[in-house]
Parts: sequence; C-alpha cells; structure tokens
Amino acid sequence: MSENVSLVIVSHSPDVARGTADMVRQMVGDEVRVAHCGGNPDGGLGTDVQKILKAIDEVWSPRGVAILVDLGGAETNSEMAIELLPEERRAHVVLCNSPLVEGAIMAATEASGGSSLAEVRATAEELSPR
Amino acid sequence: MSAFSDSASSAASRESARAEVRLHHEAGLHARPAVKLTKLAKKFASRIAMSTSDEGPWIDAKSIVKVMGAKTPRDSILHFHAEGADAGDAVQALVALVEQDFPDDG
Repeated sequence: MSENVSLVIVSHSPDVARGTADMVRQMVGDEVRVAHCGGNPDGGLGTDVQKILKAIDEVWSPRGVAILVDLGGAETNSEMAIELLPEERRAHVVLCNSPLVEGAIMAATEASGGSSLAEVRATAEELSPR
Repeated sequence: MSAFSDSASSAASRESARAEVRLHHEAGLHARPAVKLTKLAKKFASRIAMSTSDEGPWIDAKSIVKVMGAKTPRDSILHFHAEGADAGDAVQALVALVEQDFPDDG
C-alpha cells in the first residue's frame, strides 16, 4: 500500500480549482497527490478535456484517481476525458458526485489512510448537497 | 490525563479500550481538527467509535463525514471506544491529539 488514490479537481474557474487543491494540501497534507485544472482553452471560464487528461496523467496512481467537479460541463468533459484514457486506466478513474470543495476534503482524508478508490468515492458522495 | 481503561486478555487477541477527554479547542471539532482526528484514527487497525456521551450515540471515528458532521462544540467531552489488537494505543493516541490541541503533524 505504498501509494494512495490521487485526486483531480476540475472547476470552470482556474482560481477555484487551484484554491480547492490548496485547501486539500493544507488541511489534509501531501500524502495524497492532487492535480487541478480549470478554464477553457481561451482562458475564460469553462473546462477542457485535454487539461483534464493532463491532470489525470500528472497524478496517476495505480490505486486510482478520483475526479471532483463543480458544474455541468466539468462533469461531461471529465466523463469524456475518462473515455479517452487508455483502456487499462479507464477502470481506475472515477467521477465523484459531490460538492467540489467539501467532497475534495472528504475524499482526500479518506484517501490519506490508504482506502480504495471505491471507498474514496463513497466517502465523498456520503456528503450529499444540502 | 483522562480516565483510561485498558483490558488486554492476551497480546494478540481482541482488546478493548475506552477513554474520554475534554475538547478545549477554541472552535470545537471544526474542519482541520476533524481531519486530523480521522487521519490518526485510520492509522490503527482497531474499530474506533467516538461520542460526546458515554452512552452514545457512537460514530465511526474513521469516518471524516461523520466526525466533521457531528459539529462537536468546544468543551464537549469526547469519548473514544476502540476494539481490536491496537485498541489501547489507538485511544491513547487520540486522547493525546485532543489534549495537545491538534498540533500540526499530529
């Protein structure tokens, strides 16, 4: 169990994505690797499949990668990114249906203890939006 | 130091331990202390339950969602109850974390 599940933060806003990743590092620590991406290729608000793929690659872990997203396009573009992954990696990347910031902290805390990808996702999703 | 009972029948067998400690952290068990407590609990193999009363309700101390969701206020008495091979060490470590006010790298 040398490696933990990693996280990818996807927001429409690069600032929100970076800030969320900073919160994870400061509140949970650096035993969970976190990549973040946000903004469309023109620099505006949005998300970009290629940036998401790059972020997944950056923190790739054989234990898996959990993706946390904010709204609409972040989800569909993340799903598209997962579909574009090499087949052997596809099953080890999941999208969490949870609020972005809260879910990221919960997922990272779970992952820091060496939990499986399914457990990390379940913990993030246990926190339902209120 | 808090009340601490520890009954190990034999080294490798099932052990049960309980302890309680006052939460003096200013803002209660808010986000960062909750993360630290959960992370520490996860380092032990034992099952660890936590409550603000020795009669429960008990929550899983390894569940960040439950621990943070409990919104435990300052001056609560935290009760820990662990069962497993490292139960004694687990409650001792958790009590120390709370007593030391959740130091960084705790």
